[in-house]
Amino acid sequence: MNFDPRYSTRNFASVGTRPIRPDGVDKVTGRARYGADFNMAGQLVGRVLRSPHAHATIRKIDTSKAEKLPGVKAVITAADLPDLTDGDAAMYDILDNCMARTKALYDGHAVAAVAAVDVRTARQALKLIEVDYELLPHVTDVDEAMKHSAPLINDAIFTEGLEEKPVKPSNVTKRSQFGHGDVHQGFGHADFIVERSFKTEQTHQGYIEPHACVASVSSDGTADLWVCTQGHFVYRQHCAQLLGMEASKLRVTSSEIGGGFGGKTHVWAEPVALALSRKAGRPVKLVMTRDEVFRASGPTSATSIDVKIGARKDGTITAAEATLRYSCGPYPGSWAEIGAMTAFACYRLENVKTVGYEVLVNRPKTAAYRAPSAPMAAFAVESAVDELAKEIGMDPVDFRIKNAAQEGTRSSYGPVYGPIGIGPTLEAVKNHPHMKAPLGKNQGRGMACGFWFNFGGQTCTDLNIGMDGSVSLAVGTVDVGGSRASLSLVAAEELGIAYEQVKAIVADTSSLGYNDMTDGSRGTFSSSMATISAARNAIKILRERAAQMWDIAVDDVVWEQGHAVAKGEKHGNLGKLSLKEIAAASGTTGGPIAGHSELVADGAGVSFATHICDIEVDPETGATRVLRYTVVQDAGKAVHPTYVEGQYQGGAAQGIGWALNEEYIYGKDGRLQNPGFLDYRIPVCSDLPMIDTQILEIPNPNHPYGVRGVGETSIVPPLAAIANAVSNAAGVRMAHIPMSPPRILAAIEAERAG
Amino acid sequence: MRYIRPLSIEDAVGLLAGSTGTAAILAGGSDLLVRMKGGFVEPDLIVDIKAIEALSEIRETADGFSIGAAVPCAVLGESTALKKAWPGVVEAAKLIGSKQVQGRCTITGNLCNASPAADSVPALVAAGARASVVGPGGRRTIPVGSVPTGPGKTSLAKGEIIEAILLDKRAPRSGDAYLRFIPRTEMDIAVVSAGVNLTLDERGVVTAARVALGAAAPTVLLVEEAAEAIIGRTLDEAALERLAKVCFGACRPIDDKRGTIEFRRKVAGVLAKRAATTAYARAGGK
Repeated sequence: MNFDPRYSTRNFASVGTRPIRPDGVDKVTGRARYGADFNMAGQLVGRVLRSPHAHATIRKIDTSKAEKLPGVKAVITAADLPDLTDGDAAMYDILDNCMARTKALYDGHAVAAVAAVDVRTARQALKLIEVDYELLPHVTDVDEAMKHSAPLINDAIFTEGLEEKPVKPSNVTKRSQFGHGDVHQGFGHADFIVERSFKTEQTHQGYIEPHACVASVSSDGTADLWVCTQGHFVYRQHCAQLLGMEASKLRVTSSEIGGGFGGKTHVWAEPVALALSRKAGRPVKLVMTRDEVFRASGPTSATSIDVKIGARKDGTITAAEATLRYSCGPYPGSWAEIGAMTAFACYRLENVKTVGYEVLVNRPKTAAYRAPSAPMAAFAVESAVDELAKEIGMDPVDFRIKNAAQEGTRSSYGPVYGPIGIGPTLEAVKNHPHMKAPLGKNQGRGMACGFWFNFGGQTCTDLNIGMDGSVSLAVGTVDVGGSRASLSLVAAEELGIAYEQVKAIVADTSSLGYNDMTDGSRGTFSSSMATISAARNAIKILRERAAQMWDIAVDDVVWEQGHAVAKGEKHGNLGKLSLKEIAAASGTTGGPIAGHSELVADGAGVSFATHICDIEVDPETGATRVLRYTVVQDAGKAVHPTYVEGQYQGGAAQGIGWALNEEYIYGKDGRLQNPGFLDYRIPVCSDLPMIDTQILEIPNPNHPYGVRGVGETSIVPPLAAIANAVSNAAGVRMAHIPMSPPRILAAIEAERAG
Repeated sequence: MRYIRPLSIEDAVGLLAGSTGTAAILAGGSDLLVRMKGGFVEPDLIVDIKAIEALSEIRETADGFSIGAAVPCAVLGESTALKKAWPGVVEAAKLIGSKQVQGRCTITGNLCNASPAADSVPALVAAGARASVVGPGGRRTIPVGSVPTGPGKTSLAKGEIIEAILLDKRAPRSGDAYLRFIPRTEMDIAVVSAGVNLTLDERGVVTAARVALGAAAPTVLLVEEAAEAIIGRTLDEAALERLAKVCFGACRPIDDKRGTIEFRRKVAGVLAKRAATTAYARAGGK
């Protein structure tokens, strides 16, 4: 069954319409089941004890008092999660992050856990666990951590990627480099050069639903896990490996998800819940508090970035260079590397060089956050690009259009682009009424571009046709943004039936082959490809059944608009057979009808966006108000335009929060000062204007319908677009995110003072 | 943990006075329940005062207004007379938390929580409000400003309950206003705030004024020098600048996650100016 994923033009019947989502009513009425809504008979309450110290050796943990407390059924420490990772360093880090082994590496690091009959008992038990810590010096700032004098977080780590193998351990785990040409020579040809340093503070994905799961390990060694996740198959692999189970014996069912944004692609509490259940012999429910979510899950990197860009008088960029330092938390990562890849991806550059440094700090393990690492790099680059345009005296949009990457451009990170959307989004912005709208006093406008790779990956889908002609579609990618609706549209499109005839579900790990998780904007891209393939396989069987019903050759049967049609002169008087009619007869023509698909969805088309933002700054207080916001982004093909718009708006909303107020604030003691939504300030409804969207459709040549991922790119431009707007409104370049009122006021005052 | 809902203020006082261990008063619960949920407090006794009828009323008396300790802030906004007389106090109460929180929270609770950043307190202090306190020794009336003594601490003795907040009857040509600075538009805690209450003569000259600052010191600050800066003047530019300067100097704020010392000082002055301008207009000044 050869599946051809190449794009071909077609007229769509279902794709591109906006029906109501199948999960909508349950979600707005409270009937939908999220992670914490699952319960089992006899279940215990799990609670985790966390280090209050940023960096400390764990000398001893005494759990005896907690174990004796009536109602406590299990207490675990790292000893109950022995190291079975067999030299897999990344898995070992995940294990150590789930339960600290010899050292607590950040405020919030799990050190022990209990399962008890109720919350009160569990809480009491935590208080009875005695941990003997030896405090170590800590470092939480990315620049401080790079200094030679900084406390070492892991003395077994030597910087990778250096020309000479280092002799001393370092908090810098890796250096990576991208680019081509000769930047030194390029800067020599420049008439104008902008060079500036930027900082961004650490932010959390801020999903409304905290991590939650119920784990039930049976005495026969099989186990079930119900969990809020972006990737239940990956959770199965990781949990099974960490607990020494065969993956097939662990069945993971994903719940509805109240936001993930990359933060639910990593296991945190799940192996702990399984270990508690294994020890207690009863199901254990573990729900993180908001405090725990902030201190021990999520966040993205804090960064420190230097950018240098040079251009000729005519606006041609001659060279571009960036050094990017990203915090990883206490374990190695590749966050700066991704930042270094994306930094200049929007531009056609002869000479470009980016260098990334991964930096360990005593903060929670950095996790993916929507187009991870790209927003910070874009903030630095797009701020410098804006400044350079100003120095040259060019309109910022025209300057970007002149230097925008095109089909055939060799990207700054290596590959040569196919058809891409950066030019069209810039042209759309140039012609958008927003760009021409008048601005008032203390108001400024900014715009910026953004890029994201998009991923594809392993995908498996089942499409079953019921005897009543209804279609059930089982997918293995968790629905985080309306993909069940989109995939139902795709199945309806391919089969030629009504959307309402299709019902999509997310199948558990025992019901379907392996699927990569919903990350990299792959959910709808890859599962739609698999759905098209599965539907085409089902159509083949439908044609065979019709041929059998008519007693003609299958080659004479074609599928048109939901019907088998007999082709050729001799069949001229045969009426069409509907999917429903063929399905109704299936019991006597060979049994159930289904289509299956398993594939690796290659060719995820890269995605570009350009955003425009108007901001008003109160020059006396530094307060900001977002007046107007417009997102223009290439979707390839918008399967369900409402949810594409929702992704555009959601990314912009998160970007606005990140740009203006969100940040992890650490005290001198290395403790997080604001682990809650009161002082970790995500925007509330009234902080945001209606976010306007414009969908462009430049088909992805590697998808039958031209679909590209849309979920992540929308968070890439906002930091820069807002920084450019604030800088224009306040009359001073803002180089530190978030641009909180105290930072803006201080910058204005410094500018006034000269 | 015991939860009791007495029907009279005397019973409430008796329960609190006779309690061993930690006791807490529950009105709206918007501070207490959050602290309990977070594991910061675990009271042995909770006395819910919402069933005491008199505490749930706003009474207009010959002297002014008496706002019962269990009256939710949202109800303050529904009292036309109170809004007309003390718009600054009402707008402060209506800034606490969110709409949902305002349906539960009370200004007495806001006062007794003793946060330096409490929204209604600077407005009440500017208004010269008093608290009627009932305790084992009887009733007493004290200035609102003397209730909080430091973050989380009050001057109330064991067994004492504030039964009502008292506001005076308004002199003609009077107005008040409250402003706070938050980085967001709502659902936030004041980084710094200012309440201004003033009375004008027929020519628009300020004859009496009270200026209070919030989140600028461990407790609410009544800045007499700031009042002096505008008394005897129409609220001209020079008077406003002087007001801002005095407020800047009077602040004793801290650097914390919500703002810096420098920022709080500057914005305290800006807010005092803006609140004074609004209060002046409400008093009929032009």
